[in-house]
Amino acid sequence: MSDTGHHAMWEKLNMDLEAHDGLLEVLGKFYGDIFLSQENRLTGAEYLDFVLSEVHGLRIRELQDAKAEGRKVIGSFCVFVPEEITLAADAIHVGLCAGAEAGSDLAEQLVPRNTCALIKSFIGFKMAKLCPYIESSDMIVGETTCDGKKKAYEAFNEIAPTYVMEVPQTKSTAARDLWKAEVVRYMKAVEEMTGCTITAEKLKEGILIANGKRRALQRLTALRAASPAPISGRDALLVNQISFYDDPVRFTAKINELCDELEERIAAGGGVAPADTPRLLLSGCPMAVPNWKLPYVVESSGAVIVGEESCIGTRNSRDLVDESGETLEAMIDAIADRYMKIDCACFTPNDERLDNIEDLAKRLNADGVIHYSLLFCQPYTHEALKVDKALQAAGIPMLSIETDYSMEDVEQLKTRVEAFVETLA
Amino acid sequence: MILGLDIGSRSIELVGLIGGEVVLSRKLPTTFSPLDQCSRLLDGLRPASLVGTGYGRNLIQRLALDCECSTITEIKAHALGAAHLFPEAGTVLDIGGQDTKAMSLVDGRVLKFEMNDRCAAGTGKFLEYTAGVFQIPVEEFGPYALKGENPPEISSICTVFAETEATSLMARGESPEAIALGLHKAIVKRTANMLRRVGLKFPMVFTGGVANNPCVLRLLAQAVNGEIGRDILIPDNPDHMGALGAALHRHNGNAARVA
Ligand code: SF4
Ligand code: SF4
Repeated sequence: MSDTGHHAMWEKLNMDLEAHDGLLEVLGKFYGDIFLSQENRLTGAEYLDFVLSEVHGLRIRELQDAKAEGRKVIGSFCVFVPEEITLAADAIHVGLCAGAEAGSDLAEQLVPRNTCALIKSFIGFKMAKLCPYIESSDMIVGETTCDGKKKAYEAFNEIAPTYVMEVPQTKSTAARDLWKAEVVRYMKAVEEMTGCTITAEKLKEGILIANGKRRALQRLTALRAASPAPISGRDALLVNQISFYDDPVRFTAKINELCDELEERIAAGGGVAPADTPRLLLSGCPMAVPNWKLPYVVESSGAVIVGEESCIGTRNSRDLVDESGETLEAMIDAIADRYMKIDCACFTPNDERLDNIEDLAKRLNADGVIHYSLLFCQPYTHEALKVDKALQAAGIPMLSIETDYSMEDVEQLKTRVEAFVETLA
Repeated sequence: MILGLDIGSRSIELVGLIGGEVVLSRKLPTTFSPLDQCSRLLDGLRPASLVGTGYGRNLIQRLALDCECSTITEIKAHALGAAHLFPEAGTVLDIGGQDTKAMSLVDGRVLKFEMNDRCAAGTGKFLEYTAGVFQIPVEEFGPYALKGENPPEISSICTVFAETEATSLMARGESPEAIALGLHKAIVKRTANMLRRVGLKFPMVFTGGVANNPCVLRLLAQAVNGEIGRDILIPDNPDHMGALGAALHRHNGNAARVA
């Protein structure tokens, strides 16, 4: 993790240095155990290791430098916030992570105890002054995707500048109109904050950059269909996690390089695990950095993860914005349409997700699916039951896991996952 | 000889097979030093291979045995053990010291399973703990509860809250036997739900230490509408099923994953 040479910068960001040092130390150890210990890693993984080691260091320095030049930083918690628009205003879009328990006890002053770990984590990170991304953000964009978040942003607004987008709950025409209006409203808010007028030309550029990133991720997803699995699920998850906060153009180039290497490896018949290793698809709630518990448990139980049906996974990269529009109006429509395709569990009904999971499992030659939901997450725990039924009908075995960020259930998780893997072998 | 060693939270069982026949079975409480207890169980034995299972299965790596060692989960082990004794089994229920598991079987293979979450709600621990409130040994708790009538509803399946509930019911003058029966009902209700979720199919094999509890058995038969001895089958040594299954795994020649 980042060396302490960045202390002065963190101090300026009003972070709690002592607590932050503690966090970095834990993270560093965690990273070493979970990532660096892997065998047969790709050369391209050096990029991942470097970015992660400088996640609170060099990347934050870049953000500060950009801010010094007058650019703005926008933080978001959800894949619904249109990055194209942020980019069109020459602002920087970062996904805030919320994947660790640190500060969660503090969060219970602002949100109920029975709230999902993700919400508690982002509130806790702010309250404990642990996250340089939150502290660097000029605006944080929330969304009304679930009741927990909806109410949490009200509380969060009291401690950080929060702008909320209203995400509809159905896919009706009225819902689509509402969403388009929200996209336009977001564009205005971004223009106002950055003092930059978004033109058709700039928006086009934003669309191309965001699509480029998605295309690289799609390429990675497709390559993972190969057997033996060419990349570990942990490294692939890391790629997806990093896609939220590294510079998008640099990220796209690096991931395409990584994919070149994967293609060579596949052509040579190489892989990270023997060809007969059970292949699993992870599906469900987003896994924010550094929430690596389940992937680690799965990949130390004799299985390999070949895909993530998650917001930090295919839900974020599956659909592109149509690039053919030339006017601002046409592009906004294309953006609104693309985001309406997101199959978040917050929609009712949300049957397309069931088809998408089945389709992805088949495309990636998965032997089974592990459905992951965070404790107290209503939308995804509900859908776990539906997904189970749909997959059963399709003859694809599924294991449902409900957990949070704590480590107390690791042994039980191992038993469950190992037993599931045994049923596949 | 092939050994199966089931390192559970409450007891450790050892089963030895030669040519597929059980030639040895031993058991000791787990205590706070399970490794010592394992060594004690293995004393004087020179197995060709050993398969560990149960919640402490990875401890076998620390036993420094000079035979081939591997592990399987207790879910697979109980299924193998049960299906060996009762090849027609459609479901296996294992209530152990700290976990309850339900598995549906097809041709002796686990199709689907459920396991209780983190806490000890609805497990052997629950009975052990609540028996303590009545100051009777857990082995006698079942027969004791069978004497109860008109059991009060125990709404909590949390081990700690159930104790509080039992104590306050006592203070209200409910008969202790009836309360004990209520506690048994609470765990059976939860177990029956779990069985339904995996798709209960008779005959069901009931394994693990709690299968020795006559009250749980009777209530369970009522709850799932099954007849004991026909729909619900109990092996002679229900608590040895994990160790037996582990040894069978090796005997059946399944490619054992080296721990
Ligand atoms: S699950 Fe829904 S709310 Fe959460 S990040 Fe994904 S789209 Fe947003
Ligand atoms: S959708 Fe679920 S995991 Fe995401 S914030 Fe809401 S409750 Fe938490």
